[in-house]
Formats: sequence, C-alpha cells, structure tokens
Amino acid sequence: MIYLTRRATFSASHYYWNPAWTKEKNEHVFGRCANRNGHGHNYTLEVTVAGEPDPVTGFVVDLKWLKDIIEREVLAAWDHRHLNLETPDFAAAIPTTENIAIAAWKRLEPSVNAAGVARLSRVRVYETPEIFAEYRGEP
Amino acid sequence: MRAYFGRRYTISASHRLNTDALSTQENRAAYGKCNNPHGHGHNYVVEVLVVGAVNPETGMVINMVALDNAVRSRVIEHFDHANLNLDPLFVNRVPTTENLCRTVFALLKDEIPVGKLERVRVEETENNSFECEGE
Repeated sequence: MIYLTRRATFSASHYYWNPAWTKEKNEHVFGRCANRNGHGHNYTLEVTVAGEPDPVTGFVVDLKWLKDIIEREVLAAWDHRHLNLETPDFAAAIPTTENIAIAAWKRLEPSVNAAGVARLSRVRVYETPEIFAEYRGEP
Repeated sequence: MRAYFGRRYTISASHRLNTDALSTQENRAAYGKCNNPHGHGHNYVVEVLVVGAVNPETGMVINMVALDNAVRSRVIEHFDHANLNLDPLFVNRVPTTENLCRTVFALLKDEIPVGKLERVRVEETENNSFECEGE
C-alpha cells in the first residue's frame, strides 16, 4: 500500500461561537477566537489517499485528478470565504480546525473513492504552521 | 467523531553525544562531530499529537490552551535553554533525539487533560526527525 499526499492552500475567515452559550462563556472558552468580527488564516490542506500503484502507469492516482477534486470540492467552496457565514458545512458546527478536517473529508470522500482506485486515508488541516488537526474517517 | 489535534513547539537546548560504555575512540567513531567535547545545540521542534472525540459543544478534541499549559509546564520549561546532558533524566542515557522523543512522550503521557497522547515527534533539524508512540 502506498500513501500519496497532495497539498493545497486556502484562505478563509472564521470565529468560534457556541450559540447555546452566553457571551461570557464563549469568550472564556474560545478567547480571542470568539471575536464576532472574525479573523482569518492561510490554511494548508493535506489530502492523503491510499492504494496500490497501477502496474502500467506506476501511479496510485493521477495527481492532477486529485488536485482537481480538491479544487472543485473544497477550495471552490471555502477559499476567500467566511466559513461561519458563507459555507453550509459550518451552519451547525463550529469551524474549528478539527471540524474543518472532518468537513473536508466529507466533501472529498465521495469523489476520491468513486474512482475505485484509491481510498481517502487522511485529511490534515494546518491552521498555522504550528497548529493542525487530522481526520481519518473514524466514527 | 474521533479526530487528531496537533501542535508544534520549539525548544532550544544543547547536548553532547557520549557514553561511558564506549572508549574515547569508540565514542568518536559512533557519534562523530556530535561527540565534540563542549557540546552543541539545536532548535528542536516538538510536535504533539492528541487523539480523542471531537467535543460537540466546542468542536475541539482538546482546548489548545490546556494542551499548551501541559506542554509548557512539563516539557518546555524543563528543557528549553538547558544542557540536556546535565538533566537528571539523562544521567545514564545519551541525549540522542530518540531518547529525547521518548522522554517527552513519558513526561506528557499522563498530563494530557482531554483525549490521549497519540504521538510525539521531535525534529532535531529540518532534515531529521524522530517519532514515538509510547510502545
């Protein structure tokens, strides 16, 4: 089994806010991330697929194919957007790095797995170079 | 849902690779310039990966402030701007990055307030890194 990873970047804004909580509790738990004016990041998305190299091409998947899926399914929806206000993924979920990784997985998995040549293995999202979250499709 | 939260920290420390189990010549052969008598230093990157369920109220596996507090008090304040060879944890152990990685894992294993420590990765330089999953 070979694991192949394609990286992409997108820039987006967000804030952390649980509408079931008071302003004070949101600010206590989320700190500056609870500022309702929002703030932004240059996110890096790493998409890893697992499969066997094709005996003819030597590819697990064509990287251009994977790049196009990432651009169509994720970047087109999220790049230069406000995640809380403009994307249905976060209508009910707080756009934490963990939830962004899970939402990216949900967007990517049908297209990646439909081709039948590789399985989506891991999605990692860097909010900054020092902060990241990962989802591996586990319940 | 089970997800992973990772955070990278930096520690600057010095060390010298040398063991009493080997002769001067053998230490030189085993460790090369890392055996130079007065030691040298690195900006280590310590990457901590925590696994756990995403809390539906916060959307988080672990609150980063809580993780930062644990790593700062147990690891960063312990090793940053220190000489690893003089640390009590390395009295009878060579402060290779393998051993540093294991030590960091052991220091943090029971200190993660939410979720479970999945992996510690230590990068000694941009070109070499070590990972420990506690086994």
